[in-house]
Amino acid sequence: MSRLLTLLFGRLPIGWLQLTHSRGRFFAAVAGVAFANLLVFMQLGIMGALNGSTVAPYAMLNADIILSSEDGNTLTDDGHIARARMYQALGVAGVIDATPLFVGNLPFTLEDGSAVSLLSFGVDVTKPQFSTPAIAPKLGQLTLESTALLDEGTRGMPAEVIDDLMDGVRFEFETGGNTLTAIGTMEVGGGFLADGMMIMSDQTFLRVFPSRTSGAPNHILVRTADGVAVETVVARLKDALPSGNLRIQSMEASAANDLAYMATERPTGIIFGFGVFMGILVGLVIVYQVLSTDVADHLREYATFKAMGYGQPFFLGIVFEEAIVLAVFGFIPGFFVSMGLYAGLVSVTGLPVEMDASRAILVFLGTLAACSLSGAIATRRLANADPAELF
Amino acid sequence: MSDAPITTRNLDHFFGTGDARKQAIFDINLDIARGSLTILMGPSGSGKTTLLTLIGCLRDVKDGQVRVLGHELNGASEAVLVGLRRRLGFIFQAHNLHESLTATQNVTMGLQVHGRGDAVKQRKAAHHVLDLLGLADRRDYLPGNLSGGQKQRVAVARALVSNPEIILADEPTAALDKESGHTVVQMLKSLGKARGITTVMVTHDPRILEMADRIITLEDGRIISDELK
Ligand SMILES: Nc1ncnc2c1ncn2[C@@H]1O[C@H](COP(=O)(O)OP(=O)(O)O)[C@@H](O)[C@H]1O
Ligand SMILES: [Mg+2]
Repeated sequence: MSRLLTLLFGRLPIGWLQLTHSRGRFFAAVAGVAFANLLVFMQLGIMGALNGSTVAPYAMLNADIILSSEDGNTLTDDGHIARARMYQALGVAGVIDATPLFVGNLPFTLEDGSAVSLLSFGVDVTKPQFSTPAIAPKLGQLTLESTALLDEGTRGMPAEVIDDLMDGVRFEFETGGNTLTAIGTMEVGGGFLADGMMIMSDQTFLRVFPSRTSGAPNHILVRTADGVAVETVVARLKDALPSGNLRIQSMEASAANDLAYMATERPTGIIFGFGVFMGILVGLVIVYQVLSTDVADHLREYATFKAMGYGQPFFLGIVFEEAIVLAVFGFIPGFFVSMGLYAGLVSVTGLPVEMDASRAILVFLGTLAACSLSGAIATRRLANADPAELF
Repeated sequence: MSDAPITTRNLDHFFGTGDARKQAIFDINLDIARGSLTILMGPSGSGKTTLLTLIGCLRDVKDGQVRVLGHELNGASEAVLVGLRRRLGFIFQAHNLHESLTATQNVTMGLQVHGRGDAVKQRKAAHHVLDLLGLADRRDYLPGNLSGGQKQRVAVARALVSNPEIILADEPTAALDKESGHTVVQMLKSLGKARGITTVMVTHDPRILEMADRIITLEDGRIISDELK
């Protein structure tokens, strides 16, 4: 290691030798950096899962534009608009099709007595073109009264039920005084929004949500003609439709807004953002503490080097070398322990917590930057190394 | 001024400001001959260290002149001072070796200040000087595993390895027992003589005085005697 670094720097790797000379301190510092990495990885992992589950329902839908009420903040929030907007929208150039979308949360008590909530979507089953290809062919079965497709990843649902459903065995259950029959599955992944999801016909939806009416869906989905820019149609719709309590945006924009809302306005998003911040802060403080103590402990040696004619760049080089060593050696265990914890989280919560390469690279670069910043602050102590005081 | 490697003219130095301002040395005029061993003596607080740090470019010269290796220090830029320091060798009372570097690595630091170099050559040069100082079998020891005298000899090796033109040493033997102190200075002197190094050393050791070419005694910041041997 030392040889390699000598070759790399063209000088002795003093930072490396100095750090590893006091083993206890070195391991404490590495553990500190690893811990900070772990904090950041966990927060980012959960935040990623939060984001993933925020936009997961969009993956079921196949539309270009969504009309929503301004009362609702996201796709799955309350707030409805008049069905009449759908007919108005159909009259706008570039719009080829439109359909209402109903959304509601259905509480459901499992056999073991635990309560789960199922995010339920009511769709017009005669318009499968508004669903993704994986779901569209199954919509025909939902014309049967009181039937639904159940999310495979529904939390708390016994594995046999899902397995049976996949094998074509129906599953009947009570919810709010109504009996529903799950006749098939779909793959969405619930995550933070609910324990699971369901799709049913708009008729079934209105039966299980008696307070809702067919004249007031949550959203209206719009498909545009090929060759017309979605944004152009959005602009036309904005011109044509009455502006009161109506939000018109592309599906992409709607998903992006949902993400931004969850990340910055909802307490969960803020808490996880704060967690990342805390992780970075912990790392900064630990590395600063280690490096500045290290500089203070070696002031005499540094002063001697100054007397010998070494200049400021040399000393900065040592401190940054130490910072980079700590970043690299702290990141490696931090990364692997995080991978382990991610796997644990997935098996316990079913949340889509995944390590992706871009996150790993981002955290590594962040670690390098934070360590360098700490190093830069620690170098201020170098000014205390006065060679005239040595004699 | 003469062409001596070290000359001083009307050199004063003050510490502190305002009421605390105190003069440490007064009107020092010296020409130190090339290749000589000059000993500075005098009671504690007489200004020996102050004089040495001024010559060694470790303190700014403000009143009077000091010329080292042809450069005037009064008003010299930091770059000139750093450049000069690289041509000097310092030996301190404490060895100030780097605890995490081996003897060889510590000595190598005396070479690397001159820039990137051939690592193999540098190690050879360090070994050579360590061998001359009787440390051939201690090359790869960390300072923690060396005796006081051995550490100070490593410090001497570090000062000598880059072939300095001047060596400045401030009580290099004060922390050592008589025997090893004597060995260190003996080696310093013979290597210095062989290489034509100008050496200025602060010491009280009477046995070392016998080896000196010139003995200068300070008292209260003034030269009170200056004898050539
Ligand atoms: N850094 C300093 N600040 C203030 N006064 C100093 C400083 N260094 C030395 N002095 C004073 O200068 C005088 C000479 O000190 P010094 O050169 O260290 O003497 P010596 O080395 O002969 O013992 C003393 O009176 C000492 O108190
Ligand atoms: Mg002194």
